[in-house]
Amino acid sequence: MTDLTHLTLTEARDGLKAKSFSATELAKAHVAAVEQARALNAYVLETPEQALKQAAASDARLAKGEAGPLEGLPLGIKDLFATQGVRTTACSKILGNFVPAYESTVSSQLWRDGAVMLGKLNNDEFAMGSSNETSAFGPVVNPWRREGSNVGAGAAGSVEGNHLVPGGSSGGSAAAVAAHLCLAATATDTGGSIRQPAAFTGTVGIKPTYGRCSRWGIVAFASSLDQAGPIGKTVRDCAVMLRSMAGHDPKDTTSVDQPVPDYEASVGRSVKGMKIGIPKEYRIDGISPEIEALWQQGIAWLKAAGAEIVEISLPHTKYALPAYYIVAPAEASSNLARYDGVRYGLREPGRDIVEMYEKTRAAGFGAEVKRRIMIGTYVLSSGYYDAYYLRAQKVRTLIKRDFEEAYASGIDAVLTPATPSAAFGIGEKGSADPVEMYLNDIFTVTVNMAGLPGIAVPAGLDSQGLPLGLQLIGRPFDEETLFSLGEVIEQAAGRLAIGERWWA
Amino acid sequence: MSVDAATVKRVAHLSRIAVEDADVAKLQGELNAILGFVEQLNEVDVAGVEPMTSVTPMAMKKRQDVVNDGEIAKTIVANAPASEDDYFMVPKVIE
Repeated sequence: MTDLTHLTLTEARDGLKAKSFSATELAKAHVAAVEQARALNAYVLETPEQALKQAAASDARLAKGEAGPLEGLPLGIKDLFATQGVRTTACSKILGNFVPAYESTVSSQLWRDGAVMLGKLNNDEFAMGSSNETSAFGPVVNPWRREGSNVGAGAAGSVEGNHLVPGGSSGGSAAAVAAHLCLAATATDTGGSIRQPAAFTGTVGIKPTYGRCSRWGIVAFASSLDQAGPIGKTVRDCAVMLRSMAGHDPKDTTSVDQPVPDYEASVGRSVKGMKIGIPKEYRIDGISPEIEALWQQGIAWLKAAGAEIVEISLPHTKYALPAYYIVAPAEASSNLARYDGVRYGLREPGRDIVEMYEKTRAAGFGAEVKRRIMIGTYVLSSGYYDAYYLRAQKVRTLIKRDFEEAYASGIDAVLTPATPSAAFGIGEKGSADPVEMYLNDIFTVTVNMAGLPGIAVPAGLDSQGLPLGLQLIGRPFDEETLFSLGEVIEQAAGRLAIGERWWA
Repeated sequence: MSVDAATVKRVAHLSRIAVEDADVAKLQGELNAILGFVEQLNEVDVAGVEPMTSVTPMAMKKRQDVVNDGEIAKTIVANAPASEDDYFMVPKVIE
């Protein structure tokens, strides 16, 4: 039998229905793969017993012909999603051994549809980071290596090259999907945290429209930007995942009460006559020729599929990242005020309650989280609110207006590169200047600021043999067009596969 | 705009994060790098622009003002670092 972990989510679904293998066999293959891949540090908690229990229940339902849309399919869950009875930490020391008494709405819908949980996936602490290096559990290793690199090969011979980051904040999700440690994973995206790691690992990731998925039970970072979405091996897999994850939830007043389409039906749909906008402002100074070439390749593929290419202007693009670094920290400073050593998680003793708060938060938060809380506190503080926060929210209105005008002119979707480069080495970026790391999100952050859906699809390899992705940005609640266009790129580029399971 | 050492300490206190004196200079540099980066927003003409309050315009749903959950005190305090008789325990606040 072929390795069951190398199936796509939809292949595995069809295999279970055809009784080619059982859900228990599928779960066991994945549990074994997860155990063998601890060197990647993708999982921060493995739940093999739960996986096998859920798989047995799936087998029973499959036998009775009562299979749900995700019946028996093993998934990884980002550690930002509260899972009932299963430790949830947001990869921060401050949550310690927090065991939620409730399940996030998104994950509960996956279990409702029959999915199987393999464990909790590593991420940047509170989803703040672009490399998964800020996690309290340590960095995730990208299963991709530069061409010629044998790092991680053990003691045999000389080691060439270094380990690469998988991107972030959903680095564990992306690495686990790329290394076949789950069929698909949940992820969240506040400024690029689904799409950038997907691009760095040759996987597909979609951030749906703000409001498409419930945020209830997901550890909050920046509430007006946070949105859950899947990372998968293929566009089709992401379409199937998103259908289960999305939907109205009375417990999240920002979740939208609109029917969830059958996203899978849009995969393979013709894109003939669609108008694709190419924003000239994304042609930033110093963009690598490889990224530019990839973008041109994407344009050629969509053209060949019958789409019409139109040059557009999104004039406020360059202000999205600086505005984000006011809005997101401001919201984070409010959201993270709840970690005070009283109701859950870590507590450090102090002489009085204020000292207890201050010591607890000093010990519990990592450096990047502290920086962002302090920036957020500063920009919201008396005398600076108008100059920073209010101005940033006005700029955000302008960024959204840019997209509205493009869509009003008849554009169906926008094509851009997903990231300014391929994956970089662990420890290579941001140690001296935090802004160096922030620039990773330059192409993705506009989408969050405007609340739009965006998908990253693998489109090719760079000269070092590392995956690169293209991003498609859609109209609000038009994820279907992104799945149709994304599949065109996927078909043209071919799936990117890692040559060797060097970690096992 | 940039922050001085005294402002870093004040913001740390407002943020309820204890900062060692030895770490103030490093934090000051990092915060100023971020503030320097966001400075470019001053180039944007925002006259007459409404600040964004909701990225997806929608009417907020309302629910009936009734008690629909509760009587789960033990569950609520289950993760507390210190609790007694279903109360959260904190250092003495009022002298």
